[in-house]
Amino acid sequence: MSFSTKHALRLALVTTAALSMAACASKPKPGPGVGPGPGPGYPSQPGPGPGVGNVVPGSIQDFVVNIGDRVYFDFDQYDIRSDAGPVLDAQAQWLMRYQGVQVRIEGNADERGTREYNLALGARRANSVREYLVSRGVSPARISTVSFGKERPIDPGTSEDAYQRNRNGHTAITGGAR
Amino acid sequence: MSALKETRPMRLKAVCLALASLMLVTVSVATPAAAQIEINVNKGDVQPLPIAIPAFGGARGADIAQVITGNLERSGLFAPIGQQAYIEKGLNVAVQPRFPDWKAINAQALVNGQVTVEGGRLRVDFRLWDIFSEQQLLGLQFTSTPENWRRVAHKISDAVYERLTGEKGYFDTRIVFVSETGGRINRTKTLAIMDQDGANPSYLTDGSYIVMSPRFSATSQEITYMTLRPEGSAIYLFNLETARRESIGQFPGMVYAPRFSPDGGRVAFSVERGGNSDIYVMNLKSRSSARLTSDPGIDTSASFSPDGTKIVFNSDRGGQPQLYIMNSDGSGVRRISYGSGRYTTPVWSPVGDFIAFTKQTGGEFHIGVMRPDGSDERLLTTSYLDESPTWAPNGRVLMFSRETPGGPPRLWTVDVTGRILRPAPYPGSGSDPAWSPLLN
Repeated sequence: MSFSTKHALRLALVTTAALSMAACASKPKPGPGVGPGPGPGYPSQPGPGPGVGNVVPGSIQDFVVNIGDRVYFDFDQYDIRSDAGPVLDAQAQWLMRYQGVQVRIEGNADERGTREYNLALGARRANSVREYLVSRGVSPARISTVSFGKERPIDPGTSEDAYQRNRNGHTAITGGAR
Repeated sequence: MSALKETRPMRLKAVCLALASLMLVTVSVATPAAAQIEINVNKGDVQPLPIAIPAFGGARGADIAQVITGNLERSGLFAPIGQQAYIEKGLNVAVQPRFPDWKAINAQALVNGQVTVEGGRLRVDFRLWDIFSEQQLLGLQFTSTPENWRRVAHKISDAVYERLTGEKGYFDTRIVFVSETGGRINRTKTLAIMDQDGANPSYLTDGSYIVMSPRFSATSQEITYMTLRPEGSAIYLFNLETARRESIGQFPGMVYAPRFSPDGGRVAFSVERGGNSDIYVMNLKSRSSARLTSDPGIDTSASFSPDGTKIVFNSDRGGQPQLYIMNSDGSGVRRISYGSGRYTTPVWSPVGDFIAFTKQTGGEFHIGVMRPDGSDERLLTTSYLDESPTWAPNGRVLMFSRETPGGPPRLWTVDVTGRILRPAPYPGSGSDPAWSPLLN
């Protein structure tokens, strides 16, 4: 069998596809709330307040700064811890006040687990947060969930503190904020 | 072996180059009398066999000998002797080597060959000699296109490995994997493919979204993998020959962990809904899906037995992640792992004799193997973080990814005895490797 014309065409096709993929390659930009955020000991606000400084009430910044957009989990666990309850209560109140806001709950896991299992674990965590918010009156239609497993750590470290920060549920505002 | 630096983007290259035809002709096999030399790959204390692989005559002859040398050396079963030690020079493939010259340097086997390019075709004749019995063990001829010289070298490596170990070779294969670049926060993860020796790396996605868990079909020209974006996940089929890419469809919740059935006709995968993950299987022709598990625990990382009748998977239904086996219709579930620790990522050997897994004990991770009934568990590696084992098609070697604390993941290989552990010949950062079947 020889190197047929048909084959050569396919070859060209693949090469073109690869080049066009390379041309549009770009690094994903960090979204809001991604980065070394508040640790588990971060004091959460008891409820929606008037805001700090120039923060516009009802904005993403208001939510992140004054409410707190992350709650934390124990190793291989997905139940809402007692320290997460007040944060999620505040998130629910804020979301009840700003009814147009849509959120996506992102479940995250630390690196001390394998990739696919952690994806499943992150999904459980995201769902725990979602169920909690729904139980506090937020419409399920406003909440989507996704798991990043251990693919999107917020702390690059390898200490127990870093692992703890990476085991979280992140409430990301996807629309409707001021 | 590729000399790419990690920081340099991989060279874009058509992935189907390797498909050009290879023809094999047996020219003169010696009497099938048992070879004096043989390697038992199952023994834990085997001494690597001293072998001489002088540069083949003709164009690319030195390159071909170098690729063969690298393959055999990396297997851990062979100890290639340096060219500078050779006494006999300029061997002629049509003439018997001067055996005393090779005995004198303690070579037990000798591979020599001749490359001829005629009418745009590359022809490689080679011989494998048993030095002490002074017998020819192999005499083969490969023809192909000249740009396919590396594949010819891999075919010769496979022939030598098979003749001397009695096991099928695994050198004429490729690895699909996730190339990782950038820091730990927002690391770029790109689907990539390369030859098993690290040569010809190329990207299959653009790095703008996360990719995970690529797996080969038994046809070796199709892969399945998962993409992960903030909006959700998807499972794709990608034909390496035609570059055709298609999603297996929309599902409520996340889909992940896709694996082909051994005949390539089905894909098993996990579907997450409301936080619970279960295993489904899709018939790729009819596109109909069946749910195989309905337990409230996490059920994921399905892997078919080579005959397609059973599936090993990972579940935490017992409280911690452990390994379970079920029939491929979802019936007859039973647990097979009982040791202390957390068991994940089961992968059934293509030969069928073992299931590889990742085990987490205390602060350490291991790649291990056990029999399909759960007996004979052996841990092959120990480190800060080892995961994602994949079998070479002969079921004798595993590739996996290893991370040191804070470091990027690297690809490593270990043989099934755990004795031959080494970094894979790929200089960049990679994870989630999947080994192809032998190419045709």
